[in-house]
Amino acid sequence: MSQHSFVESTIRGFTRAVSKALQAEHAATQPGLLQHLDPRVRVIGIFSLVISVILCRRLEAIAAIFLIAVAIAVASRVSLKSLAKRVWLVVLGFSGVIALPALFLTPGEPLFTAAALHLSVSVQGLRTAALLVLRVETAATLTTVLVLSTAWTHILKALRSLRLPAEVVTMLAMTHRYVFLLIETANQMFESRQSRAVGILSASEQRKMTARTAGVLLSKSIELSHEVYLAMVSRGFRGEVRLLTDFRLRPRDYVGLTAFVFSSCLAAWMGR
Amino acid sequence: MPPTFEVQDISFSYEAIPAIRGLTLRIDEGDHVALLGANGSGKSTLLRILDALYFPSAGSVKFKGEALTQKHFQQDEFSLNFRRRVALVFQNPDVQLFNPTVFDEVAYGPLQMQWSKEDVMRRVDETLQFMSISHLRDRPPYRLSGGEKKRVALASVLVLDPEVLLLDEPTATLDPKSQSQVVDLIQQWKGTAKTVVTATHQLEIVEDIADRVLVLEAGAVIAEGTPSEILSNSDLLLRANLIHAHRHSHGGIVHSHPHLHGHSHHEHEH
Repeated sequence: MSQHSFVESTIRGFTRAVSKALQAEHAATQPGLLQHLDPRVRVIGIFSLVISVILCRRLEAIAAIFLIAVAIAVASRVSLKSLAKRVWLVVLGFSGVIALPALFLTPGEPLFTAAALHLSVSVQGLRTAALLVLRVETAATLTTVLVLSTAWTHILKALRSLRLPAEVVTMLAMTHRYVFLLIETANQMFESRQSRAVGILSASEQRKMTARTAGVLLSKSIELSHEVYLAMVSRGFRGEVRLLTDFRLRPRDYVGLTAFVFSSCLAAWMGR
Repeated sequence: MPPTFEVQDISFSYEAIPAIRGLTLRIDEGDHVALLGANGSGKSTLLRILDALYFPSAGSVKFKGEALTQKHFQQDEFSLNFRRRVALVFQNPDVQLFNPTVFDEVAYGPLQMQWSKEDVMRRVDETLQFMSISHLRDRPPYRLSGGEKKRVALASVLVLDPEVLLLDEPTATLDPKSQSQVVDLIQQWKGTAKTVVTATHQLEIVEDIADRVLVLEAGAVIAEGTPSEILSNSDLLLRANLIHAHRHSHGGIVHSHPHLHGHSHHEHEH
C-alpha cells in the first residue's frame, strides 16, 4: 500500500465517521416506533431485552429477540444496510474469532471431521459458537438501534433520570462532545502529513508514523477534554444534564414499556 | 462600590512551570481593559483565574468584594450567580461548542441557570437575531466556518447578558470582515456598565476595544496605561515581544527598525 493511499484512506475514514454521526443525529429526529416513545422507556426497554439476551441459554430464544431487534430497527427507520455494515459484519468478525475454538474444542457428537488436520466439529460445539455469536450480534443490534433512534443528549438525560451517577453521565457526555474535535484534529494531522509527504514509506515506517500519530493524539485528547470541561463549567455546568425537552410519560409509553418488559421476561423464561 | 475584580499578588503554575508570578491588578465596573502580551505571557491563564476556572496557589482574587475560592464554588447558589455574571469566550471556539445544534449551544448556559423554558426560548431567539446567526440555528456547530464559530461562541455567553466579558484572543484567526464585526461588537459596550477584559497580541485593535492596557510578560504586569501611551512606547513593545526589529533595505541602505505586523503600509525617516 502506498503512503498516499494509506493516508488518504485514513482521511476518508475520519470524514465517514463524522458524516455517519450526522446521519445518526438525523435518524433520531425522524418519526418512528422508538422515536415516539419517551427516551426513558426506550432505554429501559432496550436494556431489558439486552439482559434477557444475556440470561437466555437457548439459541431459538435469542434468535427470536434478534428478530424483534430487526423489527424495531425497521419500525424506527434505522437502515438495515447500515446495521449490516456497522454492526453485523464487524461483530461477526470479532466474536467469530473468539467463538472459533469452541467449534473444535467442545466435546460431543461429531458433525464434520477433517481427518488430515485431526479436527472435528461437534454439534454441541457448533451450538456453543452460534450461541456466543448470536448473543453478541443481538445485544449490539439492540444498543445500536437505541443510539441511532435517540439523540445522545436524550440518552444521557434518560440515564441520569434513571439514577445513573452524575459522574458517569458527565464522562459519557464529555466523550461524545470531544470525539468530533478529536476526529477533526486527527484529520488535520493526516492532511498536514500528506501535504509534506514525498515518496513512498515502507510498511515499517507507516507503522511508526501511525504509532507516533496515536501518541500525539492521546496527548491532544487529554488537553482537549480538559478544555471542553472548563468551557462547560464556565457556562454553569454542575454535573446535571439539562435540556429544553421535558420527559413526560404518555399512555403509549406505558404500552411500550409493558411490551418491552413482557417480551424480555417471556424470552428469558423460554430461553432458560 | 467594590471593584469588579481585585487581584492581589497572585501566583499560578502548571505543575512546575510558573505562569503567573505575583500579579496585582484592579478592574472597575465598565472598564474596557486589554491584556497585551506575547504567547506564553500568562494572558489566557489570567482570564481563567478571573473566571474562577483556575484558583491561584498564592494571593487572592475578589469579585465585587467576594473572594473567589474553591470552597465558595462548591455552593450551587454562589457558583451559578457568578457564572451568570461573568462569561469567558475561549480562544479556540471548538472547545466551547459542544452541543448538537447552534440553538442548543446558545441555550446551554440559560438551561444550566435553570431559567424557565419560555425564557430560554425567548432569550436564545433574541440572541441569535442580535448576532445575525438565526439562519444557523439548526446547524451542528462543528460544521461552521471559523467566523461563524466565533459568533456562536460569543452568542453562547451573551445570551446570559453577563456583567463581565472575558475574551481570549477574540479576533485571532478570523478573516478581516469577521474581525471587524467582533471589534464593532466590543465597541458597542463602551460607555455601558459592561466590563470587558480582552486578551490579545493584535496591537491594531487595541485602541478600538480598550480604554486601559496592561502589558504582561512572563506572568507579571510590566506596564499599564492608555492605549496611546502603550502603543507609542516602542521599547516596551519590543521588550514584550509585541513588535520586532525588521531588517530590510531600500535606497541602497540596509537597516532595521521596530516593526508591527497587521499594517500593510508604514513610513519612516532615515
